[in-house]
Amino acid sequence: MLVSLELRPKASKAMVYQSPLIAVFMTLITSMVMFWLMDTDPFLAINAYFIEPVSTLDGVAELLVKATPLILIALGLSVGFQANIWNIGAEGQLTLGAIFSGGIALAYFDVDTPFLLPAMLVFGVLGGMFWAAIPAILKVRYNTNEILTSLMLTYVGLLLLSYLIHGPLRDPDGFNFPESRLFHDSALLPIIIEGSRLHIGFLLTLFIAVLTWMLLIKHIIGFQIRVIGMAPAAARFAGFKQKKLIWITLLFSGGAAGLAGAFEVSGPIGQIVPVISPGYGFTAIIVAFLGRLHPLGVVLAGILMALTYLGGDAAQITMNLPNAVTGVFQGMLLFFLLASDVLIRYRFKIGSIKKETT
Amino acid sequence: MLPIMSKTPMLQLFGVTKRYPGVIANNNVDLKIMPGEIHALLGENGAGKSTLVKYIYGVQKADSGTLEWCGKQTKINNPKMARKLGIGMVFQHFSLFDALTVKENISLGISSKIANSDLDKEIINISKKYGLPLDPDRYVHTLSVGERQRIEVVRCLLQDPSMLIMDEPTSVLTPQEVELLFRTLRQLSADGVSILYISHKLQEIKDLCHTATIMRMGEVVATCNPDHETPYSMAEMMMGKNISTPNRVEDSINKSPALIISDLSIQSEKSYGTDLKNINFTVNTGEVLGIAGIAGNGQKELMAALSGEVLAERPDSIKIANEPVGLFYPNQRRHAGMVFVPEERLGHAAVPMMSLWENAFLSGATKMNFKKNGFIRVADVKDYTHDIIKKFGVKTPNIQNIASSLSGGNLQKFIFGREILQNPRIIVAIQPTWGVDAGSAAAIRQSLIDLASKGCAVLVISQDLEELFEISDRLSVIYDGKLSPSINTKSISLKQLGLMMGGVSVFSEKGAIENVS
Repeated sequence: MLVSLELRPKASKAMVYQSPLIAVFMTLITSMVMFWLMDTDPFLAINAYFIEPVSTLDGVAELLVKATPLILIALGLSVGFQANIWNIGAEGQLTLGAIFSGGIALAYFDVDTPFLLPAMLVFGVLGGMFWAAIPAILKVRYNTNEILTSLMLTYVGLLLLSYLIHGPLRDPDGFNFPESRLFHDSALLPIIIEGSRLHIGFLLTLFIAVLTWMLLIKHIIGFQIRVIGMAPAAARFAGFKQKKLIWITLLFSGGAAGLAGAFEVSGPIGQIVPVISPGYGFTAIIVAFLGRLHPLGVVLAGILMALTYLGGDAAQITMNLPNAVTGVFQGMLLFFLLASDVLIRYRFKIGSIKKETT
Repeated sequence: MLPIMSKTPMLQLFGVTKRYPGVIANNNVDLKIMPGEIHALLGENGAGKSTLVKYIYGVQKADSGTLEWCGKQTKINNPKMARKLGIGMVFQHFSLFDALTVKENISLGISSKIANSDLDKEIINISKKYGLPLDPDRYVHTLSVGERQRIEVVRCLLQDPSMLIMDEPTSVLTPQEVELLFRTLRQLSADGVSILYISHKLQEIKDLCHTATIMRMGEVVATCNPDHETPYSMAEMMMGKNISTPNRVEDSINKSPALIISDLSIQSEKSYGTDLKNINFTVNTGEVLGIAGIAGNGQKELMAALSGEVLAERPDSIKIANEPVGLFYPNQRRHAGMVFVPEERLGHAAVPMMSLWENAFLSGATKMNFKKNGFIRVADVKDYTHDIIKKFGVKTPNIQNIASSLSGGNLQKFIFGREILQNPRIIVAIQPTWGVDAGSAAAIRQSLIDLASKGCAVLVISQDLEELFEISDRLSVIYDGKLSPSINTKSISLKQLGLMMGGVSVFSEKGAIENVS
């Protein structure tokens, strides 16, 4: 008796959009089983993890603070992923964005000007683009695999940050702690909700989501990106320039990640520290897929993923659950999403014979 | 004549039915093959021939039906079992390693018992006995397609089969190579080997086969003796309707050079591709130039060079009227009045998962002015798509349907419509009716002739000789990346063309087809 997968004649369009919901549901069920096996009350745990953290306005604001970099990075990645350009190094690009924008803030630490913040954001974008340009040029020139180069550059970026923060960028009055000066007010993003940490970067991110949607659906560039992802030969036939699209997608995703880095240092953190992101650049990959590479989906998925971070922190405090639960949640979510995607396109067939090719 | 042998059929099928999701590939198919019989399985693409053969060879199970082998009911679970019973199969697409020798390739595909014995001698014996000249130590990449096929045949014969299945064996051969193959098959038949011969080429079947089973839409529509039929009558049974031949209006307009190719040489980007060598030709306004040739002789490379997917080295090696376009990208060439129909419909000419209107935009964007500040003018594209569907009789419920949901013929009509509605000065099409149903093929050929009569220059690269004879004013042959001078279609015979397609001079040096009468 053999079980095999058989291609369905037609994938249900409705199911394609429902599969993230199915994945979330399955993750909840499985995690409740997991909590039960850990001798923790599953309902209390779920409550502590997913409900309590967002039961106050402050909690919601904190959720959106964490969602901002996830959404922003995932927007950039989803554009590249549609063109089969796999930028895995958003974490590094975020780090470079933080270094660039924070560097500007520190260089003008004694200047009070309204131009400083915009300059920081621009430099953040440039930093991320610079880091993404390296895999781009390697791919265009030497046909290297951007998955490897972008991923390896992440570690270079993190070490570069570590070097800078232990050396040149260290606060001279900071008792040798590896931290920069605190940014002054004109280097900090305005707060939207008084008393919370929710900054204007969230609104900018939503605006960028709308722009990304326009780019992908209405603009010729988005059309070219989709064609090259689905049928590279058709893209050549239509005369689309593959190298140009490699550049565009990598610079776009790098720029978005760099901006996320700039938001982090000029928003919730307010200085440069040795660890800027708790893995936003990697989690954003899950966000991009969970959101079906669609800007609206990415916004929703980003908020959901932010909840796993937030809930992880809360569950540590109230339930004594290990922080690893966050990673388990994220992993389960991606697993169930991919599994339901497979089952949308294929169905099980039991007892079919093995096919031999000669 | 069928040699007289035992009365027990070698193979008999009863009521074989196979359903795929959404389609019945085989519906209650019966088949009887006698020992020593050359039995044709005739049908259009998609008639269910391959499905049936996959069942016989044990690649696939049927939903219902039984199989009798030498009078005994048998279940063939996999190809290994089929080979053990004595069924050999030569596939349409060869599975050979280019970088290995003939002997190495053969030893990979057979049981170790035979492989360990004196294989060299065995190969030479078989190839002598059946007139299949083959050198065991040659590397496969140095061989012609016909010689490669011989490897597959010899590989089957080494296992001493009682039945041989040949899947469209002649689609890649020259007429001379075909004759040689037929001689081998007749000899095998005389030795009592049954042959199941799959084809849609009518003349061949009439020449070679003792019996023909004709399939249409998954069902057997007739079993006949090809000797008592004409190719036309068999075609009617195969297609189930009267076939129309295109009308041509002769020499109604003045001709001037529209597309001029001079000394075009391009190195292939692929390691086993074909380099183009000093190609020269001209297509005039109002005429159809056909380029014949066996697959893999540089057609794809020529198409890529003409469409601009690969650029020429010099601008003036490709000229549209007086304008050098050798360094133009595809869209610049479209601006200059050229349109292209690539060989592969899904994935090259159209994006399978995109809607029809998006696919209309794919190549229509430049010429039809569908862009405004980089944004897509969706309403205009949709009007254009409706236009294509109406004028070219594309059957689809909706322009939102994705390209891969259309049948081959419908999609090809859509693609031709998309290109023709751009009012081209030059159209270049490769394999325009490959795998397309007869009705759509006739419509497409007619639309090409109509284009020419309106003054468009038409270039058709095809392997289908009937098609080329039907629509071309002049014919050239591409062989090993070189193009022959063109010859008026009326003054060339099929035999001459066949010799040219085999690259006569090259072949006679090697003496590989010295037996040609």
